[in-house]
Amino acid sequence: MSAATAGVYVRKKGIRWRRVALHAFLITVSLIWLFPLAWALYTSLRPYADTAAHGYVSFTGVLNFDNYVNAWNNAELIRYFGNTIVIVVPAVILTLFLASMAAFTLARFSWRFNLAMLLLFTAGNLLPPQVIITPLFRMYLAIPLPKTFLTANGLLYDQYIGIILIHVAFQLGFCTFVLANYMKTIPNALTEAAVVDGANTFQIYRSVVMPLVKPALAALAVLEFTWVYNDFFWALLLMRTGSKLPITSALNNLKGQFFVDNNLIAAGAVLVAIPTLIVFFAAQRQFISGLTLGSTKG
Amino acid sequence: MTQQVADSVAPLPPVTQTGGGGATSVSTGKKKRPGLLTRRDLVILAFMAGIPAFIHVFFVWVPTLGSVVLSFTSWNGIGGLDRIKFVGIKNYQDLVNVYPPFWPAIQHNLIWLGVFLLIATPIGIFFAVLLDKELRGSRFYQSALYLPVVLSLAIVGFIAQLFYAPEQGLLNNVLGTTGQNGQTLIDWLGNSNINLWAVLAFASWRHIGYIMILYLAGLKGVDPTLREAAKVDGASEVQTFFRVVFPVMAPINVVILVITIIESLRAFDLVFIINKGLNGLELLSVLVTNNIIGEASRVGFGSAIAVVLLTISLGPILVYLRRSQQGIGE
Repeated sequence: MSAATAGVYVRKKGIRWRRVALHAFLITVSLIWLFPLAWALYTSLRPYADTAAHGYVSFTGVLNFDNYVNAWNNAELIRYFGNTIVIVVPAVILTLFLASMAAFTLARFSWRFNLAMLLLFTAGNLLPPQVIITPLFRMYLAIPLPKTFLTANGLLYDQYIGIILIHVAFQLGFCTFVLANYMKTIPNALTEAAVVDGANTFQIYRSVVMPLVKPALAALAVLEFTWVYNDFFWALLLMRTGSKLPITSALNNLKGQFFVDNNLIAAGAVLVAIPTLIVFFAAQRQFISGLTLGSTKG
Repeated sequence: MTQQVADSVAPLPPVTQTGGGGATSVSTGKKKRPGLLTRRDLVILAFMAGIPAFIHVFFVWVPTLGSVVLSFTSWNGIGGLDRIKFVGIKNYQDLVNVYPPFWPAIQHNLIWLGVFLLIATPIGIFFAVLLDKELRGSRFYQSALYLPVVLSLAIVGFIAQLFYAPEQGLLNNVLGTTGQNGQTLIDWLGNSNINLWAVLAFASWRHIGYIMILYLAGLKGVDPTLREAAKVDGASEVQTFFRVVFPVMAPINVVILVITIIESLRAFDLVFIINKGLNGLELLSVLVTNNIIGEASRVGFGSAIAVVLLTISLGPILVYLRRSQQGIGE
């Protein structure tokens, strides 16, 4: 008996030691992962004069928000944040609205072209944007539109509507898939009951199915917000007027012009990261579930 | 990837998982045939599916075909479509034979892919396996690793500069290689022998977190009785992972593989932020855009590069379609 307990004891000790090593390893890795942003934060809070006198790798203890005030005021960041809102809000709403309708028809009804449409959406979703940019650029310059509040120059080029539309087109595939898979789990009995009550197809979509997919919509909204907010490429290519750029694309122009030292660059980077950091802290669950809904559910 | 590329982060395509316990969807009865619907319902449905399909096809697939067609033409973008001349495969010949940045770009894309595939993705999977153990503090570790995933690659590029800048950068100040006061200088982003690797360190920082999140979600779906059975049979943890868990995760493994390849091809934002993709940071994606920015753009030539990119992308895309076809074809 004593031999047996001794054996168990040794094994337990071994397991505990391994646990400690594992935690030590994971803590180290976590700190390494957090360090780049922490360094940016630290640099951004230090006055330039201080770092110039003592070097960037020094700990003088002087910390303030001067760099943030300078970055915000000199680079007129508020304008670019405004531009971002003009693009992100309609893009996310339109994407989710259109994707939910497409998903509804794909999930609830068997059409001959269901498979074709899903394959097309998936493949389109995976294409590198640079594959389509050359002809898209030409289309944006060539397609004439009536001059309304949507487009001041009668084109898709250099207009918010053009940026919004390409985001919608590119993100539709992913959202349609996630929502279609989600909708497939809704029992048919629910929609059939509505049919018996005399509801038409659109009413079923609006008052039966949509309320049930709210969790998926919330997750996708968070995810799409982050992606569209973080986009650098489309606006860079399809927007000509510098003052109309969304913040992520504008960042590069501001560097060198207004963000002249590392302290200001750091402050600018942190300021622009704030909305996505809010997502990180406040909507982590939605973000992760949105990301993984697509990969694990079928 | 717009997006994220990346993205943005790149949009993660949906797939089905066969091995997952609660993760597989429940099929609920038979679907309706369109024949059972009223004419009015059919019209409504046609609009509901038709408008999104039209937008997607018009803005994504029409330009894709456009790239293919234009790649056989010569056009500087000035004047109407009647100024387009068909030149056969001349653009491709020029690309391969006389365009200096082409082969470096191919090489850099391959290095990017190699680092992601052989280093970053396996590390992401490794972290996911560690975090799947239900440790105390697991949420903290998970959050720390996934933090860079929410950041745009533009921000990542800015942060990279805080590390790599010649005089003000962290690395050179720590190593004493700022080039000031008789020190030698390491120009992390300017030296074409090392800048790709310097950038890849930060690209991996983000990619590892992304893969970790995806793989961890997959691992949560693995039937726990499989692991218990392996344990009872006396398998070590390493054996259990490679012989039991990894094979069961086959569907997720394909997704991870496809995402890794596609992300390597989409890489753009980071190098563009750092030096517009020049001097050691050439990538196919950057070459495409370089040929359309500016007054006299080379539409045909730029399209030929885009088609090279498309052709390479088609490999993983087709693998992916074949794999998800089984899931969505029911």
